[in-house]
Amino acid sequence: MKRLESTETRKKVSQAATKGVPSLFLFILLITWQVVVDQGIVQKYILPSPLDTIVTFVQILPGLKSHIIITLKEAFTGFFIAICFAVILAVLMDSIKLLKKAVYPLLVVSQTVPIIALAPLFVIWFGFGLLPKVIVVILVCFFPIVISLLDGLNSVDVDMLNMLKSMGANRLQTFRILKFPASMVNFFSGLRIAATYSIMGAVIGEWLGGEGGLGVYMLRVKHSFALDKMFAVILLIVIMSMLLFKGISLIQDLLMPWHKLLNKNIGRQ
Amino acid sequence: MNTCRDNLKLSVKNIKKTFGDTAVIEDVSLELYEIEFVSLLGLSGSGKSTVFNIISGLVMPDAGEVFIEGKNYTGKTGRVSYMYQKDLLMPWKKIIDNVAIPFLLKGQGKKQAREKVKDYFKVFGLEGFEEKYPFQLSGGMRQRAALLRTYMFSRDIMLLDEPFGGLDAITRSKMHCWLLGILENLKTSILFITHDIEEAVFLSDRIYVLSNRPARIKEEIIIDLPKPRERKIVTTENFNRIKRHILSLLDEGEEENGCI
Repeated sequence: MKRLESTETRKKVSQAATKGVPSLFLFILLITWQVVVDQGIVQKYILPSPLDTIVTFVQILPGLKSHIIITLKEAFTGFFIAICFAVILAVLMDSIKLLKKAVYPLLVVSQTVPIIALAPLFVIWFGFGLLPKVIVVILVCFFPIVISLLDGLNSVDVDMLNMLKSMGANRLQTFRILKFPASMVNFFSGLRIAATYSIMGAVIGEWLGGEGGLGVYMLRVKHSFALDKMFAVILLIVIMSMLLFKGISLIQDLLMPWHKLLNKNIGRQ
Repeated sequence: MNTCRDNLKLSVKNIKKTFGDTAVIEDVSLELYEIEFVSLLGLSGSGKSTVFNIISGLVMPDAGEVFIEGKNYTGKTGRVSYMYQKDLLMPWKKIIDNVAIPFLLKGQGKKQAREKVKDYFKVFGLEGFEEKYPFQLSGGMRQRAALLRTYMFSRDIMLLDEPFGGLDAITRSKMHCWLLGILENLKTSILFITHDIEEAVFLSDRIYVLSNRPARIKEEIIIDLPKPRERKIVTTENFNRIKRHILSLLDEGEEENGCI
C-alpha cells in the first residue's frame, strides 16, 4: 500500500514536472533573447527585447482599443459566416454523395491558392471597407470547419446507423439523434483551428489597406521603424487568438459535458 | 416458461441470400412462438447475422419471406430491433436517454420518453445508473442497458446477436442468469444468435443448428431441460448429452479440421 502511494506521488510529481517543461523552455528562451539584446549582440532597433516589448505593450494598449474592436469585428463576422457556410456545405456534401465527389477536390485545391496573393484583388473589387477583410477571414476559416465536420459525419459507426434504421428512423431523425452529435468532437477541433485563423485572417486583410484595425496599425508602426510597437501588437494578436481558442474549448465543455468526463476516464485507465 | 405452440410470432420461410458471388444463405426457415427462447447456433461466418439483418428488414432476401404475426415484413424495417455484441450506446447521451431512443423515434419529446422508460430500470437491474454516461458503466451493465433499449423498441420480439460475446467468461455467465431471471417477468420472444454451444443449450427452449456457409438448418433441437435453470445444470448428464450431439453436428463434414 505504501509502495503504491509512493509511486502515486512520484507519478504526480513527474506529471507536474512535465507540465512545467514548456513554460521553463519558454522562460529560458526569453532570458537568452533578453541577454542577447542587452549585451548589444543585436541592436535594439533591429530586435526589441522581451522586456521592452512588454513595457510598450502596456503603454500602447489603451490607445489600441479602437483598432482591436475593428479587428475583432472583422474576425467574428467572418468566423460566423464561415461557420454557417461550412455547416450547410458539409451537411449537403454528406447527404448528396455526388456533390461531395464534385466539390471535395475543388475545396482542397482552393486551399493551395495563397491568400496573400488573392487579398489585393479583394481590395480592388470591394474597396477598403469591412467586406474584403471579412472575405479573407471567411476563406481561411471555412476550410478547417468543413473538413472537420465532414470527417465527423463520415466517421459515424455503421452499426449504430443500422440500429437506428432497424428501428425505422428516417434520415432527419438519424441525423439529429446520431450523425450530428457524433460529429461534434471533430467539429469543435475544426472550430478551434478556425478561431485562431480568424484573427490572423483579419490582420492579413487589414495589412493591404484600410482605415483601422491592428493590421493597419502594424503597417504604420513598421513604416516608422517602431519595432517595439510592432512586437507588442504581435504579442497582442497571439493573446487574442489564444483567448479565442480557449473560448471555443469552454463552449465545447458547456455543450458537451460528457466529452470532458470521457477524456478524464480515458486518462485514468 | 411455457411455450404457447398456437401463437406463432415470427416465421421465416425459405430465405436465400447471395452477396456477389458468395452464397451466404442457401435455405433457412425458422419459427418463433410466443414467450419462446430460440437460438440460432452456427460457426463464425455461417451467415447468422445476415439472417438477422433480413428479419429486421435491413437486408432484402433474394428469395423467401419474413412473417411477423402473420403479416409480411420482408425488407421492412421498424418492427423488430436487435442487439449486438457491441452495446451501440451513444457516448453523448445519458443511459436513460439512450434507452429512450425508441420513443424519440416515435416522435415523443425527451421528457415524455424518459418518463416511459424510467420504471424499467429496476426490472433490468439498472437502478441508479439513469443519469450516468455509457463510459461510466462496466461492460455487463452497458449490455443490460442495450437490452433494455431493444426491449423498449419491440417488447414482444427481440433479436439478440451474440449479445454477450464481448464479455469475459464470468460476467457472461452472470448475464445468462440475469437474462433468464428478467425474462420470467417479461412476455417476450427471443431469437438468439451464438456460436457458444453451452450458452445456447443453457438459455434456449429450442435450437436451430446452422450448417457452414451457405447456411441451411441442419437440425432443430428441442431442449427439454427443466426451467427455471440453475447454473449447475451445465454439469448434468442430460446437458452434456445435448452438447455432445450438437458438437457432432457441427463437426460433420470437416473431419480434417477436427483435433484428435
